Amino acid sequence: MLSLHNLHKNFGGLLAVSDVSFTVTAGMIVGLIGPNGAGKTTVFNLITGNYKPDGGEIFFCGKKISGLPTHEIVSLGIARTFQNIRLFSDMTVLENSLAGRHCRMRSGVLSALFRPPRMLREEKDAVKQALHELTYVGLETRHAQKAGNLSYGEQRLLEIARALATQPKFLILDEPAGGMNDAETESLMRLIRSIRNRGIAVLLIEHDMNLVMRLCDRLVVLEHGAMLAQGSPEEIKNNEEVIRAYLGAGD
Amino acid sequence: MSIRKLWDRHSHSPALFIVFFVFMALLPTLLDLGKAAGGGIAWLDMLNKIGISAALALSLNLILGQTGLFHMGHTAFFAVGAYATAILNTLYGWPVFHTLPVAGLLAALAGLAVALPIIRLRGDYLLIVTVGIVEIVRIALTNNIFDLTGGANGIYGISRPVIFGMVFNTPKLQYYLIWAFTAFSVFFFYRLEHSRFGRALCFIKADEIAAAGCGINVALCKLTAFTLGACFAGMAGTLYAANIRTIEPSSFNFYESVILFAIVILGGAGSIAGVLLGSFLLIGLQDLFRDFQSARMLFFGSAMVAMMIFRPQGLIPRQGGPKLACEIPLLPAPEQLEDASKGDVSDGKKDGGRDAFPA
Ligand SMILES: Nc1ncnc2c1ncn2[C@@H]1O[C@H](COP(=O)(O)OP(=O)(O)OP(=O)(O)O)[C@@H](O)[C@H]1O
Ligand SMILES: [Mg+2]
Repeated sequence: MLSLHNLHKNFGGLLAVSDVSFTVTAGMIVGLIGPNGAGKTTVFNLITGNYKPDGGEIFFCGKKISGLPTHEIVSLGIARTFQNIRLFSDMTVLENSLAGRHCRMRSGVLSALFRPPRMLREEKDAVKQALHELTYVGLETRHAQKAGNLSYGEQRLLEIARALATQPKFLILDEPAGGMNDAETESLMRLIRSIRNRGIAVLLIEHDMNLVMRLCDRLVVLEHGAMLAQGSPEEIKNNEEVIRAYLGAGD
Repeated sequence: MSIRKLWDRHSHSPALFIVFFVFMALLPTLLDLGKAAGGGIAWLDMLNKIGISAALALSLNLILGQTGLFHMGHTAFFAVGAYATAILNTLYGWPVFHTLPVAGLLAALAGLAVALPIIRLRGDYLLIVTVGIVEIVRIALTNNIFDLTGGANGIYGISRPVIFGMVFNTPKLQYYLIWAFTAFSVFFFYRLEHSRFGRALCFIKADEIAAAGCGINVALCKLTAFTLGACFAGMAGTLYAANIRTIEPSSFNFYESVILFAIVILGGAGSIAGVLLGSFLLIGLQDLFRDFQSARMLFFGSAMVAMMIFRPQGLIPRQGGPKLACEIPLLPAPEQLEDASKGDVSDGKKDGGRDAFPA
């Protein structure tokens, strides 16, 4: 479904991502792990078009997406959340979720002026869908609140709802459990599995090894921008190099 | 409900705009009555000036207030429209009214040409470039570009607009024409704000990267906003040329751009009602203070400082986030929800309906 081929990215001499290749197949939850500064977020930014790769290619559903602008990549069906939450914090929860519907709507400036029935119908449907995704992540009772007033964990859920509102085939989560307590993390794991069961492939970055090992079907390990290993959680757990580089240092 | 709350809820409602424009439609008649009782000032001329500035500021508001692009060169597009009308009318004999779409189109093209290379610039950089644009246009006009603009003397003898055989030759008739256009601008920009496009601008202003992550074409939206704003500025230029009938480069200087910028910021960035009020205050007071040139700047300076300290959001701040075209009835009433969420804060976190999805 998504495949990365020999991706390279450097920031003024610093090689943030070097020669990274992996694929994510439909119906999978894949974890991208590695120590701080390993280049995980940079890989995400390359996939979503926030950065242009200095080398290598990215294909999504058979189409080359590296080099495309972000909004086109989103329209093709890749949605994301951000490590440092990027909600519209002065807007309500519902308005945030509604933002995700934008790319599935068609009305332009002329329909803004004349308001054909089609435009009003489209708008109503968008609100319905946005509310539906809020209900799905469990935030519907808060739809009228300011997003900035939600708890940290709830803000992460809202980002997921906003991403789901774009009707993705593929969802990218950057440290979704960051700032969540244990109960919230458990509930998040159920949510992510449920998303996968909706037919949406998931690629996630997470430092919580417990979550990663229990949730992911496959893992990709990065260190200093390079791929260290990939395989099933079992394989990764027993991989000498990974233990040395990551688990050993982390625990 | 307190007056404050009532005002916040209704200050941007269509009903209030309608009341306002009905009042504006009756105003000349009221002024006539007042004159019979012995008033002396040329109120209509001032109101005409305010109307044109309001339309112009509304078009800038789309760019500066709604999209958040720091654009201080709006007079340039106003000038393009005014000169388009003046040239087509005096040199080629077009009726003034026929030049309106051409003025809009040319200004839009100028806007597009300017915006294309600079739209990706941020904040202060954009400000500096747009400041440069006013100067470029003014200097080009002064130097009689294409031998059409009449140099520093400008163009005079622009004829009166004629619509269906009716000549708009008095300040009062001009007034109706100008304020009809201002009313249309309010209608247009109000509808634009309450649409998918307007919401996209709202998201872009709040956070460009998040907006792009939602699938919004940030560059295209900004470009469209800039071009549309320039287009309306150009059409306002037609009205201006037809109103004063003599245009010269010095009318389109940097100072005018700053005043426009101030109208939007002081009135309330992104707020149509605020921009209308700002036009009345800034243009109206400027006109009244005409005899005190130096005191005028002192007054403006102090007013601006005071505003930035006490009311940085503007006189009538924009309310709320992105706007829908119509109220969606499928949502429970806000009061109900406030109660629901209040109950939720303490203990609702664990369940909060999160079990709605299958495990
Ligand atoms: N825009 C940028 N400009 C310059 N350097 C950057 C930029 N983005 C990331 N880097 C650098 O690239 C490296 C990888 O960063 P990245 O954010 O991808 O790490 P990460 O694996 O996500 O780390 P963490 O677990 O802390 O989130 C870091 O050394 C970082 O400083
Ligand atoms: Mg990161």
